[in-house]
Amino acid sequence: MKRYAPYLILGIMAILPLIGLSTYMLHILIMVIMWSVIGMAWNLLGGYCGQVSFGHAAFFGVGAYTAGILYYKLGVSAWWGVPLSVLILVVEALIIGFICLRLRGPFFALATLAMGEVMRVTAENLRDFTQGSLGIMLKERTWVEKTWYYYIILLIAAVSFVVVKKVIESRLGYYFVAIREDQDAAESLGINTTLYKTIALCISAVLTGLAGAFYTNYMGYIDPEVVFALHDISIVTIMVVMVGGVATFWGPVVGSVIMVLLAEFIRSLPRLGSAHQTLFGILLIVIIIFLPNGIVGDFPKIKRIFGFGRRS
Amino acid sequence: MDAVAVEVLLQTLIAGLLLGGLYALIGIGMTLIMGVMKIINLAHGELMMVAMYLAYWLFVLLHIDPYISVLIVAPLMFFFGMAIQRFLINPVLKVESILPENQVILTVGIGMVLANLATIFFTSDYRSTPVDYASEAWYLSDFWRNSPIELSLSVPWTVSFVMAVLITVALWFFLTKTDTGKSIRATAQDIEAAILMGVNVERMRLITFGLGAALVGAAGCLFIPIYYLYPSLGGKFTLIAFVITILGGLGSTVGAIIGGLILGVFESLTATYIGMGWAPVGRFVIFIIALIFLPGGVASILRRHRLGR
Repeated sequence: MKRYAPYLILGIMAILPLIGLSTYMLHILIMVIMWSVIGMAWNLLGGYCGQVSFGHAAFFGVGAYTAGILYYKLGVSAWWGVPLSVLILVVEALIIGFICLRLRGPFFALATLAMGEVMRVTAENLRDFTQGSLGIMLKERTWVEKTWYYYIILLIAAVSFVVVKKVIESRLGYYFVAIREDQDAAESLGINTTLYKTIALCISAVLTGLAGAFYTNYMGYIDPEVVFALHDISIVTIMVVMVGGVATFWGPVVGSVIMVLLAEFIRSLPRLGSAHQTLFGILLIVIIIFLPNGIVGDFPKIKRIFGFGRRS
Repeated sequence: MDAVAVEVLLQTLIAGLLLGGLYALIGIGMTLIMGVMKIINLAHGELMMVAMYLAYWLFVLLHIDPYISVLIVAPLMFFFGMAIQRFLINPVLKVESILPENQVILTVGIGMVLANLATIFFTSDYRSTPVDYASEAWYLSDFWRNSPIELSLSVPWTVSFVMAVLITVALWFFLTKTDTGKSIRATAQDIEAAILMGVNVERMRLITFGLGAALVGAAGCLFIPIYYLYPSLGGKFTLIAFVITILGGLGSTVGAIIGGLILGVFESLTATYIGMGWAPVGRFVIFIIALIFLPGGVASILRRHRLGR
């Protein structure tokens, strides 16, 4: 049963739009899937390899701007940004990796945070190239209906899931976990830690960039404040994984369902709408103190507390 | 170089040094916390924002001058910092989890809550404290009649700088001359050894976090007369504090002072010669250069030449 779960879920997701969901529901689903892609990407680097990044907006934003600039400067379809962003993101990840991966633990986290901010300020100031804070708007949308967008992001998510699963189940995955658990021990066992950390960063960056390029096409408008946002992209990425479960396959998916639904729910509340960051922050604090491994990771603990499931 | 160019350069350097002194105060608070607890407090700028709002309301409601309110705000922030450490960070230190970065993420959560609550309660309007000496300045020509160049020294900036220096000196005395200060330094150097020597590490952590919050709170009060205030300003200063700590060397107080001055001067130079919008980029350029060429920060140079600790 467990082996077929991914196919089953993919199948259900594939027929969902056929049963006639409203546009709003479809939008929520697209957002959930997009965030699970970003979450899976972050989880590969942060959860498995132990390199906690606070700057995934740097990758998301560059992916988004690759698509945007292709459309705005060269006049080709923004969809070409999706394949091209792979190349750009690898280059970016190599540069950022060269600078940041020499740091460990919290210092890596902060260096990536600074990188995200560097990218945002650069995008704001390079007005000739990125339109600055005016942003880039796609004047014509590919489809009015959301169904095709849904299938495209579903495909990206399926590819990401397979990539992450294959990587984690291969030798690379064991190297990553070894680096996370003890970098010096891994190094002394002959693992080239810098190389494998760079690989993890590259894969993670590319997947995040794909989501970013998709975002440009889907939303039709990007500006630096949105796609390079510290709280609304980088931190939410971390929250998606923390809430769902660090270093689990399904954690990011569960986390993104909860986070997107929660964000929509809070926004719909009449007076608490503007307080969504407070509630997110409190949720983050509660999760870290009581469920440090997330809902999927600490599922046995939740079961025990609520007293359901098998008693042992 | 003609006289005007020299004038601009000197004026820029002065502005940079004055700014750097204040930056140093922010950086010291962060570096203290980092040294003792080995965690980075990403809510540092938000704590400063809270302190600035305190000082602002003290001024507006009770007409207490920001420079005097340092004496009120800093102790309040001390207890606020202790409370955060006691009720939020301590429980997390005990929790087992896959990622040791949990504590850093926790401080991000705290910062988010503080910034958002400030937006809700005080709206996101830009505020500034209308002190009556805000635009006064001393001019070089007042003191030296035939001076070939004209330089000015803003009164609030200078007063803030001097007070920052005084606070730094007081902190230095506290850390080197008192028992509590020595215990804090011992905890920072080697936790196990400190425990063996009978230092109450748990208490030192509380005091350190409180002290860090009080320092950044004092810096907030000093910034109030010369800066404007809005709820999301915290993130910016958290980053500044972090750049200073990296530049200065992790956990080094002397390094943080030098790092703050370097950053202030560099930012001022970028703002004058490249453009205001690029000042934040200049901040990060210096950060990246420090990471690549000077990973140990200024502290590593000091140590090599046996200056400072």
